[in-house]
Amino acid sequence: MPDTVTRLDPPASRLHDDTAAAPALLSAENLKKHFPIHGGMLNRRVAEVKAVDGVSFAVRKGETLGVVGESGCGKSTLARLLIGLVRQDDGRILFDGHAVGSPQGLTLRDLRRNVQIVFQDSDSSLNPRLPVGESIAYGPQVHGMKRRAARALAHDLLRRVGLEPELFAHRYPHELSGGQKQRINIARALALEPRLVILDEAVSALDKSIEAQVLNLLRKLKETLSLTYIFISHDLNVVRYVSDRILVMYLGEIVETGPTDAVYRAPKHPYTKALLDSRLAVDPRGRIETAPLSGDPPNPINPPSGCRFRTRCPYAEEVCALQRPSLGGWQDHAAHLAACHMSDPESGHSSARQTSLPWQ
Amino acid sequence: MTAPCSSATTPLVAVDDLHVKFVDRDETVRAVNGVTFRLMPGEVLCIIGESGSGKSVTMRALMRLLPKKRSVIDGKIRIGDQDILALDERQLASLRGSTVSMVFQEPMTALDPVYTIGRQIVETVLRHAPCSRKSARERALEILDLVKVPAPERRFDSYPHELSGGLRQRALIAMALACRPRLLLADEPTTALDASVQIQVLLLLRRLQRELGMGLIFVTHDIAVAAQIADKIAVMYAGRIVELADARDLLLRPRHPYTMGLLASTVLDRPRGHDIEAIGGSPPDLRHLPPGCGFAARCGFAHPNCAATVPEPHALAPGHMACCHRLDNLPTSGTSTTQEVQNGSQVQDSGRAFFRAERHDPEHAAARDLEQGAAAP
Amino acid sequence: MSEATLSLPVRSALGRASGAAKPRGYWQNVGRRLSRDYVTLFFAFIIAVIALAAVFAPFIAPHDPNATSMVHRLKPIGYQSYLLGSDELGRDMLSRLIYGGRISLVMGLVPVCLATSIGGLLGLAAGFAGGWINALIMRTMDVLYAFPSVLLAVAISGMMGGGVFNSLIALTLVFIPPLCRVAEVATTQIRGRDFVEAARASGASGLSIILHHVLRNVLAPVLIYASSLISVSILLAAGLSFLGLGVEPPTSDWGLMLSTLRQSIYVQPVVCALPGAAIFLSSLCFNLVSDGLRQAMDIKT
Repeated sequence: MPDTVTRLDPPASRLHDDTAAAPALLSAENLKKHFPIHGGMLNRRVAEVKAVDGVSFAVRKGETLGVVGESGCGKSTLARLLIGLVRQDDGRILFDGHAVGSPQGLTLRDLRRNVQIVFQDSDSSLNPRLPVGESIAYGPQVHGMKRRAARALAHDLLRRVGLEPELFAHRYPHELSGGQKQRINIARALALEPRLVILDEAVSALDKSIEAQVLNLLRKLKETLSLTYIFISHDLNVVRYVSDRILVMYLGEIVETGPTDAVYRAPKHPYTKALLDSRLAVDPRGRIETAPLSGDPPNPINPPSGCRFRTRCPYAEEVCALQRPSLGGWQDHAAHLAACHMSDPESGHSSARQTSLPWQ
Repeated sequence: MTAPCSSATTPLVAVDDLHVKFVDRDETVRAVNGVTFRLMPGEVLCIIGESGSGKSVTMRALMRLLPKKRSVIDGKIRIGDQDILALDERQLASLRGSTVSMVFQEPMTALDPVYTIGRQIVETVLRHAPCSRKSARERALEILDLVKVPAPERRFDSYPHELSGGLRQRALIAMALACRPRLLLADEPTTALDASVQIQVLLLLRRLQRELGMGLIFVTHDIAVAAQIADKIAVMYAGRIVELADARDLLLRPRHPYTMGLLASTVLDRPRGHDIEAIGGSPPDLRHLPPGCGFAARCGFAHPNCAATVPEPHALAPGHMACCHRLDNLPTSGTSTTQEVQNGSQVQDSGRAFFRAERHDPEHAAARDLEQGAAAP
Repeated sequence: MSEATLSLPVRSALGRASGAAKPRGYWQNVGRRLSRDYVTLFFAFIIAVIALAAVFAPFIAPHDPNATSMVHRLKPIGYQSYLLGSDELGRDMLSRLIYGGRISLVMGLVPVCLATSIGGLLGLAAGFAGGWINALIMRTMDVLYAFPSVLLAVAISGMMGGGVFNSLIALTLVFIPPLCRVAEVATTQIRGRDFVEAARASGASGLSIILHHVLRNVLAPVLIYASSLISVSILLAAGLSFLGLGVEPPTSDWGLMLSTLRQSIYVQPVVCALPGAAIFLSSLCFNLVSDGLRQAMDIKT
């Protein structure tokens, strides 16, 4: 950014940038979030939606971590947990090695200076009564920037996302197209100079050609501003293009993690395999004849015992109902892991000790 | 332009020079500007387009579902032997649901939340083929079974909110098929569904279409969906069909620059760390349509003539039509010479010619996007 | 990406504004629509006439409204200088009607304004805070809401004794619950929207979010509802005066005039009905203008 633009004071966390701490920029340890369902006469808690149930992972500085999964897998809840819009029930989040929410660590306000989120373009992602320039300038003003400086910053950001400030800063959201609104959402997220940006289905609602443009923009911004991304999407092709590493989520858990190419070429979890096989080919000669996965993603209210995927898994055995498979050493960044008994030699599954998985 | 007719069969749907305008106090939006196509019985036509291309409006015009006061429809629409634009309300009502049925994108809003799905299907059956309640119920169960709803007797008494997204969409399809329509219209029915469910619903639609011998017109913005189920594909832009061909022909040998650009700008199998080639600019404002070809402003092959006159349809091969002034000057996108046919690379290659156009310069396009505020999408 | 709803193709086309078009905010759009709505403008004009007459009453009224005349009692319309006749004490009807407009307008506008401020704030707080604060405020409102407005007004007014001031308070209290409810519903809806989440995600405090983001979105529905209450307020105020709970004689007030002229209705029916006509006319005008306002403000963009 040009020097003439006033910066915000750096957040407290940056003043003591512990390079000796873990190299992960953000890590989550055993995060849990259960939403209670109330019912009955006295509105008692009758059941829980186990939206996120024991999720652990780490994001390294400068990488893009993709998160894929279908509806009900918990990826949106995870996004909101990471930025503090929702309080976790268990587990902790560490940013730059400092625990979020603990007295010695980062406050929520500090976290939000470092981590920002871009939502899916919807009718309500921008305040319909505010000109978009004001929407962008709001964040910095909250943290103390003066009005004029914030406005100048907003103009600068508009330019960065490819919208001419003179033409766009005073427009209202209803006058903009979906792609333009998403650029505004991105500019708004960048206004606080975050180091990590969470993109929650940020391009899912856009036309394909517009999606391409916004993805190019995101790539450019990542390079010029040294950002780290967590990219959440249900679109496997987009995630593959964008991410260095990916997490695959199912019913509130991570079922597979690893470098993107490794996971796409040789998935280790049957759910990942089925998802990848459900991708439609653009070539009419590659038409799919049978659905790889039958039925619908089950309800996160009463997940199956043991491995949650076993009710739809063609390779399920007794051990799968009894014991919940674990992901193993998730701290190892380069590892390609799957939470599946077939990958665990000690599990007792018939395919556990084979050299290759049944579909390979 | 006539699609190839086997001389014996008459088309199920014949649309000629369809124009649809939405007239408001302030402005007129020209949503559809001269659409012509045919659909044979038992054929699947996919209409591909981005938002604002007019694809949904075209489909709703076929069932006259557009707001009466605001919309002006010109042209000819024939379904079977009925002239749709000449029918009165009563005839239209009996046509809808029995001869022509529609499946919408959002099953939650298309289904009535206060009635069970069984009741809604029975209602549709009784409306068009009056019979006893008992036989209507049997018919409904039959249909639910046809669309592979597990445990149909139990689901018969379920309310829409009790079903998952995929099941709801199946219920909606069941409702649409209750009276064995000859033509099924589907407006992005799988867009809101997860990938694993989407493929199930698409396969179901294709199977049902074949079994019941229905014509299917499917509107989508996703080329892959079209590749999966279409016999024919029509590409719409700014209210016009710019290219219409057999699915294979269009995807492997596209002739119109917009089609080429669309195919080449997919995310599939892109190398990371490089920009995706994207068509610059954005679709034209339908309130102020430019006089010539709607795509001229974004087209790398455009000539001054392109912005002046609307291109007429050219028949390139039997069944392959494109509207472009520059057809002869375009590089014929061929199949790639690489041996390996990856998921989409061949299709992408077929479209790459768009970005090799002399005037197409990514830097220039980016700068152009920046200057004209309206142009950046 | 959805083109499921019909208006969407139109709306997305409108989204591509050309670079030369002037940006139009919500209020400018409202103003534009109003300026084309001739019916609403006409009735707004009538309200303006009534208001101006009330303000400039001393200059317009042909007679002193309190000047009685035993000779010229209950005279018909057009009798000598009594353009609209005279009442049971010989006072000029026209003058009394003009002066009476003052009270009526005040009784119509002031309670609504006060109730909008108080009720709106309460509703905003309840909607934004949620939880027990919301429950506390809204259940209190529910209790007040349970009474029919007329009875409630009469009860409060009677309890406090009559008089203009007490009637104002009574009416204000009657209107606070509905306005509070409208504000609370609107706030709750806005609170769930993505842009509010984004504001929270940028670290803003609750107060900042309310003032900057929520307020301007809640304003429209609250104002629309408030404007529809003005006509009700005029009617209720007239009712209170009719029952003797409002102004004290000899002040000119339409409701009071109706009450005192009641016995004379067989003598000069038209003259005695005039205050009623005035109440009806002003209430109707406010009602229609508020309808027009609602149509103009209810646009989605």
